[in-house]
Amino acid sequence: MLQKLRENRPLQGTLLMLPTLLVMVFLLVIPLLMTVVTSFGQRDPDGNVIYAFTLENYWRLLGFTADGGWDSLYLNILLRSLTLAVQTTVLVILMAYPLAYFIARAASKYRTLLLFLVLVPMWTNFVIRIYAWVMILRSQGVLNSTLAMVAGLLHVPFQPLDMYPSQGAVLIGMVYEFLPFMILPIFTSLEKIEPSLYEASADLGANAWRTLLRVTIPLSMPGVVAGTILTFVPVIGTFVVSDILGGKQVILVGNLVQRQFLDARNPPFGSAASVILLVMTLALTLYYTRRFGLGEEIAAG
Amino acid sequence: MNTSRRSPWLTLSAILVYIFLYAPIVVLIVFSFNASKTNIMFEGIVNKGPCGPFYWYCQLFQNQDAMDATRNTLVIAFTSTIISTIIGTAAALALQRYDFRGKDVSETTMYFPIVTPEIVMGIGILVLFSAVFGWINTGLGLAPDQRLSMGLGTVIVSHIAFSVPFVTLVVRARLHGFDNRVEEAAMDLGANELMTFARVTFPLIAPGVLAGAMLAFTLSLDDFIITFFTTGPGATTLPIYVYGLLRRIVTPEVNALSTIWIMVVLVAVGISQWFQSRE
Repeated sequence: MLQKLRENRPLQGTLLMLPTLLVMVFLLVIPLLMTVVTSFGQRDPDGNVIYAFTLENYWRLLGFTADGGWDSLYLNILLRSLTLAVQTTVLVILMAYPLAYFIARAASKYRTLLLFLVLVPMWTNFVIRIYAWVMILRSQGVLNSTLAMVAGLLHVPFQPLDMYPSQGAVLIGMVYEFLPFMILPIFTSLEKIEPSLYEASADLGANAWRTLLRVTIPLSMPGVVAGTILTFVPVIGTFVVSDILGGKQVILVGNLVQRQFLDARNPPFGSAASVILLVMTLALTLYYTRRFGLGEEIAAG
Repeated sequence: MNTSRRSPWLTLSAILVYIFLYAPIVVLIVFSFNASKTNIMFEGIVNKGPCGPFYWYCQLFQNQDAMDATRNTLVIAFTSTIISTIIGTAAALALQRYDFRGKDVSETTMYFPIVTPEIVMGIGILVLFSAVFGWINTGLGLAPDQRLSMGLGTVIVSHIAFSVPFVTLVVRARLHGFDNRVEEAAMDLGANELMTFARVTFPLIAPGVLAGAMLAFTLSLDDFIITFFTTGPGATTLPIYVYGLLRRIVTPEVNALSTIWIMVVLVAVGISQWFQSRE
């Protein structure tokens, strides 16, 4: 028996893979299938799921009300989530790229420290980090009192800024949360670029801008792609940041799913929203990776 | 290297991003010494009781809910990290070094959690467990106190599920440049499979395994969304506890908690850096 296992490499491979595969099947594949099944069901008055086959939940999400009318409430929520996820990703790229470039070009003895400094804020707790932004942004918060102090010194009138709760506050929180996920992969791909390529580019008469546009940015694209996936996927499904920084005003698809399960007690409708969220995310990441190549640097992040 | 000549704009933008990253952390730490209980305005440094400026830190240690949440968080993180590191490393070895049927499918499945929004995974696990527990509880006619429900077990299991793919990715990256000939050499010199693994293979991949374990641990400590949907009575973790406080009133105890948290992590990383530099 043991001798057989020793010589049978495919069997060894299967056995090594098996535990992880079982975890993936029971905690990912089957749960997703159950969600899909539930999304075709209905709820009874007590909030229990009645398994059936109805497309009612999906029609409702797409705006068709039960009485044959039209209500774009849920479509607006989907659109708002998508817009916010795109805005966050673009802002994160714009902020992460210069910093990643700065770190990659720093003297090698400082590089580890500079990278380490990017990671330290991530070790406080996710919920606490978002709460810290409430402390900064609210009307009597740190930012307004600092601005009021400066205004007082300059003798200019100051009206406290109304920043929290708002969609802008949610955007700030999202950018903050996911910035390190973009900095790390971009840094990894920038660090791989041979310095001789910059020299060659300069020798051939390209100025700094041209080198950046024609050499650096194209070669660092795998990092940008990986960072975009690591940012976009969590942002589009979040409900915590919008819950804490958006108050009741900013409802995203994540909030919709959460409320249907825990407050409204309507799992079938929540499941349908969850399925739409998954399909939307998969379609966009698939399109994106086909268009720009697979983010091989996901592993590095 | 003459290319290291940097534009001052680049340095300035890097400094601004660092300020953005650290502003909330500084605010959190400063407010952990706040005299005001409501945590809205900074009203000077607290000086109360035997602990003086560390008043909120002492309060925190007397807060049973916060202590329970800390214990739960650590139990979940340690258990899920150990299991996901072992099975994730095995999967990395299988995918990188073996050929077997269903390898492509396994590989695709491994990437799936990375492109699935956490809430979708959390909801799915919630739907599965509530259906299965419902069937078992009614099927066996269990008494109310014997019924299966969400708790530490369900949280640990779901943490394993989301960290395994990351462990596998990190270990695979390490295995990428692995020279199979060193194993063959060990076998030729008379070592059996077990000895070869213990003395040759494992030491070579250990840094990758350690990095994978640290990633799994960090992901577990910080997870909110999946825990939120799979937790139950008696399994409140720190993120869930703090989120609950946000609906009521947040005292500087929470700031004290996060200050301690960041200090512990800094010390732990410092120690591991020190060990690495000695080697």
